[in-house]
Amino acid sequence: MKKALSFIITAVMILSLSVCAFAEEKVTLNVYNWGEYIDQEVIELFEAEYPDITVNYTTYDSNESMYSKMISGAASYDVVIPSDYMVSKLINEDLIYELDFDNIPNYRYIGEAYKNQAHDPENKYSVPYLWGTVVVMYNSAYVDEADVENQSLDLLWNEKYAGKILMFDNPRDAFCLALLKLGYSMNSETHSEWDEAAVLLSEQKPLVQAYVMDAIFDKMESEEAWIAPYYAGDAYYIADGNPNIKYYIPSEGTNMFMDSMCILNTSEHKTEAELFINFMCDPEISRMNAEAVGYSTPNTETLKMLDEELIGNDILYPSTEFLIENTDVFKNLSQSTQILQSNLWTSLKIEESAESSALDWIDIFCIGIVAIGITSAVYFGIRSKKRKKLWKS
Amino acid sequence: MNKLSSRTRQALTAPFSVWMAIFVLVPIGLVVYYALTDATGGFTLSNLASIWEYRSTYLVSIELALVATVICLIMAYPLAYSISRMKAHSQSTMVLLVMLPMWMNFLIRTYAWMTILEDTGLINTFIKSVLSLVGYEFEGFSMINTNGAIVLGMVYNFLPYMILPIYTVLTKIDHSIIEAARDLGANGFHIFTKVLLPQSIPGIISGITMVFVPAVSTFVISKLLGGGMTYLIGDVIENYFLGNTGEVNYNVGAALSLVLMILILISSGIMNHFDKDVEPDGGAKK
Repeated sequence: MKKALSFIITAVMILSLSVCAFAEEKVTLNVYNWGEYIDQEVIELFEAEYPDITVNYTTYDSNESMYSKMISGAASYDVVIPSDYMVSKLINEDLIYELDFDNIPNYRYIGEAYKNQAHDPENKYSVPYLWGTVVVMYNSAYVDEADVENQSLDLLWNEKYAGKILMFDNPRDAFCLALLKLGYSMNSETHSEWDEAAVLLSEQKPLVQAYVMDAIFDKMESEEAWIAPYYAGDAYYIADGNPNIKYYIPSEGTNMFMDSMCILNTSEHKTEAELFINFMCDPEISRMNAEAVGYSTPNTETLKMLDEELIGNDILYPSTEFLIENTDVFKNLSQSTQILQSNLWTSLKIEESAESSALDWIDIFCIGIVAIGITSAVYFGIRSKKRKKLWKS
Repeated sequence: MNKLSSRTRQALTAPFSVWMAIFVLVPIGLVVYYALTDATGGFTLSNLASIWEYRSTYLVSIELALVATVICLIMAYPLAYSISRMKAHSQSTMVLLVMLPMWMNFLIRTYAWMTILEDTGLINTFIKSVLSLVGYEFEGFSMINTNGAIVLGMVYNFLPYMILPIYTVLTKIDHSIIEAARDLGANGFHIFTKVLLPQSIPGIISGITMVFVPAVSTFVISKLLGGGMTYLIGDVIENYFLGNTGEVNYNVGAALSLVLMILILISSGIMNHFDKDVEPDGGAKK
């Protein structure tokens, strides 16, 4: 028996070793992207086209968590798709390669308006993937038409909808909205403006149901929450699932973001990574992605093939003049402002919520448990008494 | 069995010692190192000093974890006792049932509680539809995104860690001791306080430790069930390491973890003190 067991174990070990050795002949490309931000079929198509490359696809839910995972060295990534301000941070800290555009011929499809952005002025490091804006979503079945008439950010601070408002669980986006509402720049470096924004956010906290990121999908679609700011592409996707949900670009202005593909300079497979980026810029592939996730594409060829429903949506594809007038792009904040933002956000989150309805039902819960305890004690008591009687008789 | 020579014993424990050194001592050493240095690697106490800001967060975390531990204990003890008194066959079935939820991923189970507790979730929808049958309009309980939901998540996830150690000590208690106590005229209450409880203290203590420690340091439960409204100390530590707030700072994060570890060490020291009051044969000291 023992011999058989040890034989099996040895066999399994040898087998797994040989599998490892075999796998090494194939190149594994580690792609790190935002959650829900690709048509999964695209990866299969890429692997079918390049049989020597296996894609290991993982996701993150904020630029900051991508950055910390990256610099911790816990995992190595080849292709990452961060937003504008994070791209410039990566460039400043010398963490990404200059791309070899000879390997990315499909770059020619990217619209001129999307090239040479402020975060990568000579467009040496990044290739635009998708872009979008931050919008305010609301459920028209519960939110009065009068409250959304002026298309303002005030809706997020409307006490009438206390407990039904969701908010970004991400300081950069949350502070951006507060700064915009106050009429300041979202890239403000004036610390007193940040303090004012923090006060505004802490006024909002009692009205907020939850601070969430990807959980917004479920909570809005199931009508658990009625009002939430989020990214336009996701809003389109959510509204598709629940026709009561409408969204608008706030009149105070909004953030326009562009997520771009970059190659980390720890990558050992730069050429393969460039193949991947090139593949993602292919008009047909790009169409699949844009239609699957609902974000706006910078690919001019894709625009021609895109579903009428998407291209005709003037929130997803607003006019260039509108964008210039009403949107701003995140810039990488200075170190001191970043620390201020982090401190303000943490104190916002740890401060005691003024209205804590928690105790009401935690009490009920505890009483329930104690009741169960007492009942079971009585039950056991009776049972042991009965036994005693039996024993005596 | 022959007594092992000290060399054999050393050889046998070597793998475990190496394991402990690499995965326990080195990480703790790193935590201490980071906690006492600044970004440039110079010695500083400022990380530890900055912890004063988070005193209320520590208090909230400890409070919620304590409530969860007490609830677990109250629920687990009667259950563990009744399992230990069953027939051997049903005992193993019951233990299996206790372990069953642990076969599923912790995150998925916690997500499931979100759909149960939400305003439009299972419980509220059910109560609302039942009450609407009798023509009563009910607003529903607000359960999700409260501290109560966090405690519930802790109790649900960590309850097996309380049941199993208590069950283990209870099965070891010789049933004839209970019968003897009964023969000598002890009633149910006395049997519990004088015989069962003193003998099950080691199990209770390891149960409390195994529930309290993960509960006090959790960050997933507070994020999913608390809706990010209550920050526990685990959330703050996570943010410092993952930089979700825009600032990655291993040093303050390590200092926060170090203080948490010290707090846990102190509390287990206090609990072990209780354990020592019990004599090896299980009887309480006079």
